[in-house]
Amino acid sequence: MYEVNGEKYFVVDGHMHYWNAAPDNWVPGAEKYAKGWIECFHAYQGLGPPETHWPLEHFERYSEEDLMKDVFEDGHVDVAIFQPTYLKEWYREGFNTTERNALMGEKHPGKFVYNTRFDPRDGDAGIEELRRNVERFGCKGVKLYTAEWNAGSRGYKLTDPAAYRYLEVAQNLGIRNIHVHKGPTIWPLDKDAFDVSDVDHAATDFPELNFIVEHVGLPRIEDFCFMATQEPNVYAGLAVVIGGLMHARPKFFAKVMGELLFWVGEDKMIFGSDYAIWEPKWQVEGFVAWDYPDREEFSDYPGVTTASKKKMLGLNAARLYDIEVPAELRLDKESGTPAAREDAQLVDDKSQPVAGA
Amino acid sequence: MRGGGRGALPPSAGGSGGSPPRASTALLEALETVHDPELNRPITSLGFVASCTVSESGDARVRLRLPTYFCAPNFAFLMVADAYDAVSAVPGVQHAEVVLEDHFASDAINGGVAARAGFVRSFGGEAVSELHGLRADFLRKAVMAGTDQVCRPLLSAGASPAELARMVLGDVPPSPELDRLRQRRAELGLPAGDGAPVLIDPVTGDPVTGDALPLHLRRARVTRVGIDANASVCTGMLRQRYPDPSAEREDP
Repeated sequence: MYEVNGEKYFVVDGHMHYWNAAPDNWVPGAEKYAKGWIECFHAYQGLGPPETHWPLEHFERYSEEDLMKDVFEDGHVDVAIFQPTYLKEWYREGFNTTERNALMGEKHPGKFVYNTRFDPRDGDAGIEELRRNVERFGCKGVKLYTAEWNAGSRGYKLTDPAAYRYLEVAQNLGIRNIHVHKGPTIWPLDKDAFDVSDVDHAATDFPELNFIVEHVGLPRIEDFCFMATQEPNVYAGLAVVIGGLMHARPKFFAKVMGELLFWVGEDKMIFGSDYAIWEPKWQVEGFVAWDYPDREEFSDYPGVTTASKKKMLGLNAARLYDIEVPAELRLDKESGTPAAREDAQLVDDKSQPVAGA
Repeated sequence: MRGGGRGALPPSAGGSGGSPPRASTALLEALETVHDPELNRPITSLGFVASCTVSESGDARVRLRLPTYFCAPNFAFLMVADAYDAVSAVPGVQHAEVVLEDHFASDAINGGVAARAGFVRSFGGEAVSELHGLRADFLRKAVMAGTDQVCRPLLSAGASPAELARMVLGDVPPSPELDRLRQRRAELGLPAGDGAPVLIDPVTGDPVTGDALPLHLRRARVTRVGIDANASVCTGMLRQRYPDPSAEREDP
């Protein structure tokens, strides 16, 4: 919980990690990828405020105590959602698996939500693994990497028949939230891995599932925005948007926020720190304090209020994951319903005012 | 169109060789015509050119660098190949070598470009198509972003969307943004002359009118915001990786 100026914010970190990327976890023969990957992540941390930068060695492997302090004690987070990233081709025990996350989280009841993952190219064995993970850890969400390379396959689409089979199984197992990584990637080499049209179709065909597009399709924000206006069950995951832009590029941060608020709306935007790339503390505090620069070029973007920020920082995610919010941290009736699907508007409704019109 | 520098190398003093390679303005000017297709900016202003030199005998050497070890190899390949073409076309260059440094696919890209192998052959089975479609997709995004750059000042000055829809390119006051928009449209084979409408569909080239106008202008703006934000992340990352490169900074 973050309190400032008499306002209290319930904070859900919708996207964070507990990884081990130290050299003893590198797969022999794949060291250059394992090293390149974590160094790339570490460079992203450089886009945050200088006083929050870590030495590479600490960044490769931080402890459970570090995480609890950075995220909960200092970082104002009430509940954090683990998003796993396997990368077992490069990291022997995986980069951060469902199991690693849950074994740590189990020591801190009520603090974490454990998401798992699947890859539709893993066949029946993958279905069984998904079933085991859901039963063992009570998962309500999955994180998917459609661009991931897998045994000769150069990525997949959510619309592939195998992916639909997995989505059906996941839904029957009680999974509700599908986090899809549409952001910086490596493989496949020739396809545009940021293409979000597959989310568009899957969201239509699985109306009971929520699709959270992580990193808002960066660098294809426009495609994501246009798609999100047409699908009531598509949400924007703000990880990287706040961490990568708010401090380093405040003007572009304001514009990206303005576009997201216009196309997607405050009910469907979900905060995520992407810890340990960036600590939540400065992101939460900065976001609560943020507003558009007072300039003409920002004048026709939708406004942000305290209620908007409460939704984005925690109440929307709490709604998607049935996280209990203390009564004093909820919104009053006039401030609307967090994560409201019915507020989704069709594109035609968006075709109204334009600056200078 | 890219390719070809504006300048030529100064005549060598007899081509005897022996003196060290030196930085070349003509090469740099040629490289200014090479764009990062995704960011819609010259690789020179992005800070992607680590060095470019030429020897007296016409051996040109260019070293390129990118913001991360894992930058998408398809775009990286296009930039290295375009740089190779641009440098090779500079008068006086006898032999060109363009090398991408510090990238997970450096060997495949550098070897493939040097051998004129194309993308698919360079990646030996990991890629299934050449990159023309990808390039065209991003040129269309550049057209949309350029439309916002050209139209926003007109809207701020009081023009209505309906008035914009009646305007042709020849009506717009000259600016570098207008030149770039015309160039991108021409590269796609879309109308780019003085008589062409300002607002066109970037796929069909048809004029945009009526009810479609507000949405078209909104899409143009979000496309520009997306490209600018992405470019700002990339240049920020480049600075982390190579402190104090000659990269762009956010204007105040």
